[in-house]
Amino acid sequence: MNDLIFLIPAFPLTGFLVMALAGRYMSRSLVSWIAVGSVTLSAVITIMAGIPFLRGPNSTAITSLIYTWIDTGGFKADIALHMDALSFVFCFVITFVGALIHLYSVEFMKDDEGFARFFTYMNLFVASMLILVLADNLLLLYLGWEGVGLCSYLLIGFWYRDPGNGYAARKAFIVTRIGDTFMIIGLFLLYISFNTLHIDQILRMAPADWEPGSVKAVAAAILLLGGALGKSAQLPMQTWLPDAMAGPSPVSALIHAATMVTAGVYLIARMHTIFTLAPVVQTAVAMIGAATLLIAGFSAFAQHDLKRVLAYSTISQIGYMFLALGVGAWSAAIFHFMTHAFFKALLFLAAGSVILLLHEEHDMHKMGGLKNRLPVIFITFLVGGASLSALPLVTAGFYSKDQILWLTWASDTGSKWLWIAGIIGAFVTSLYTFRMIFLTFFGKVKTEPSHRPGLLMTVPLITLAVLSVVGGFVEFPGNMMPVQIFSGIITTVLPAIQIHSHDIPEWVFQVISGLMTIMGILLAWRLFYKPSPFETVFHKSRLNNFFYSGWGFDGIYDALFVNPFVWLSEINKNDFIDRFYNLLAGITRLFNSLLSYTQNGRLRWYAMGLTAGMVIILVLMMTL
Amino acid sequence: MVTVSMEIQLALAGLLFLTGLVGLLVRRNIIFMLMSIEIMLNSAGLAFVIAGSHWMQADGQVMFIFILTVSAAEVSVGLALILQMFHHYRTLDADALNRLLDKKKMEN
Repeated sequence: MNDLIFLIPAFPLTGFLVMALAGRYMSRSLVSWIAVGSVTLSAVITIMAGIPFLRGPNSTAITSLIYTWIDTGGFKADIALHMDALSFVFCFVITFVGALIHLYSVEFMKDDEGFARFFTYMNLFVASMLILVLADNLLLLYLGWEGVGLCSYLLIGFWYRDPGNGYAARKAFIVTRIGDTFMIIGLFLLYISFNTLHIDQILRMAPADWEPGSVKAVAAAILLLGGALGKSAQLPMQTWLPDAMAGPSPVSALIHAATMVTAGVYLIARMHTIFTLAPVVQTAVAMIGAATLLIAGFSAFAQHDLKRVLAYSTISQIGYMFLALGVGAWSAAIFHFMTHAFFKALLFLAAGSVILLLHEEHDMHKMGGLKNRLPVIFITFLVGGASLSALPLVTAGFYSKDQILWLTWASDTGSKWLWIAGIIGAFVTSLYTFRMIFLTFFGKVKTEPSHRPGLLMTVPLITLAVLSVVGGFVEFPGNMMPVQIFSGIITTVLPAIQIHSHDIPEWVFQVISGLMTIMGILLAWRLFYKPSPFETVFHKSRLNNFFYSGWGFDGIYDALFVNPFVWLSEINKNDFIDRFYNLLAGITRLFNSLLSYTQNGRLRWYAMGLTAGMVIILVLMMTL
Repeated sequence: MVTVSMEIQLALAGLLFLTGLVGLLVRRNIIFMLMSIEIMLNSAGLAFVIAGSHWMQADGQVMFIFILTVSAAEVSVGLALILQMFHHYRTLDADALNRLLDKKKMEN
């Protein structure tokens, strides 16, 4: 199997190359076959390669050296792939969910003039993301990291004729670039400290070289965290993700929900030793996660645009993952990543279908009554929504989110404040999720859908809906059933969590979080099932505007960074360095015009010049 | 034979040269300008002859012969050009003949 894992990124990369070079000459069906086929083949190889991991905890990582990339002056970076249980889970989600989303896109994009271009970018994205999670050194990881950023930019601005989309794409690129800069500085620091960028070696050397809480460990952890925050749209760099919804819906599903935005989670989990050595930063991760999940949750509650609700919801759910990482619940974070990928991709795809079938209508208040018009989409969306709001026992979201909440309380590094934030977040999650469902699918029909979705759309939806339910059954809470397959395989890579002794039994927390979800659903039903006075009153309130604007972060950043920068560039429109050189050129040109004035074609003037010159020379000769 | 001091001889040559120069500068008629140049050439030749007689050397006279030759050639070419000029432009005014000037440069 060692020799085959290079095929996992190689298939989509080949697909990208073929389509980039010849996509415009190929028929749409050929493009679809290449795009979907390459990702599907990757998924098959991933599952084949992953069978040993599923067998048990004794599996070892697969490493495969493809090519020595750089080997100079003691610095060595290979293009080498490393697959362990953590990479496997990510690869599985990327290729499997990616293949489903590609399949869905074939129908979603069928009337788009940029059909081949879309799949070219999508395949490049899948290849970059796979390189990111399979890289065995940080430089290769960074290559994938920048590759997915590029694809994200290209796909947000996919419909480039609308300047707003270009603006959203630039915003996403620039904001994540701030994080990337943190990260590359972090890589430099790690290289200076350990003289290598090989991940395994760094993780082995770090505990020996660095004291827990030492300055270098804290600095490295902060810098890596900066990269993770930008990519994963966490506080304070979350502002780009809601605008990133300008891209086509499959892009939102694949890049801005299921995979790319969780790269930060992957990075922190992969470099967990560094974070364990910097307890301050790890606590900060948990607090940032808790703050983000609340802020984004409340923002989601006030949105009108179906996709923006889901975008804020994504930020909020990644906040849960950061919370789990911060309290040391590594496995729970990865588990939530997996279930979240299933149900959030499902929700985005279903929302994309709704928007497509309602003629690009994004506003939920103009939808309604779709449950009888689009039953398949309704049922799958309901399943996804239930999973997102963690409906107890029957959904995958419950198992992963409940594990995070429980471990937030029970972990050595957890605290009850973080738990309270999480539980409020759970309530808000179910509130905004079912607000979205009631507004979109219940009530009166306001816009008629144009047609029913075809098989290529419904098959991925149904598959993901099934996964959103059964995906949670690989890991049960300890007090329910002794099935912990997921944490079993993850703990081969990541340390198990330390749980302190406690008086309150686990089931109490499960009951509380279950009740929170159900209360949220009931409140949403009370407020939004039928048009209620609350909706109209709240709609006009300042609080709603505050939440709607995402807690005013965009305004603050505009005032703090964007406007001063624009102002500076306005006053320096004629660059002052250019001005200096233009001045030199101007002086030269002045002399030129003065001298060329003497060349007036008058013979006597020239004779006068000759005479004057002669007189001057004579005078000089006589006086000197 | 009356001998004149060399200063006076050279002053005469200088006066001749200045006459030619002033004529060149103030005249607009190109024939007069050509004639002024001839005067200047002759003043130079005179200076050579003066110097030759002063040092009892033949070089001065030799140089004067050369200058005569050059000025003869110059006058023949110059007159031919003046004829052509008059033919083309119907004027002998040198100031009216600045057409070789690059007009674009003037605009700058």
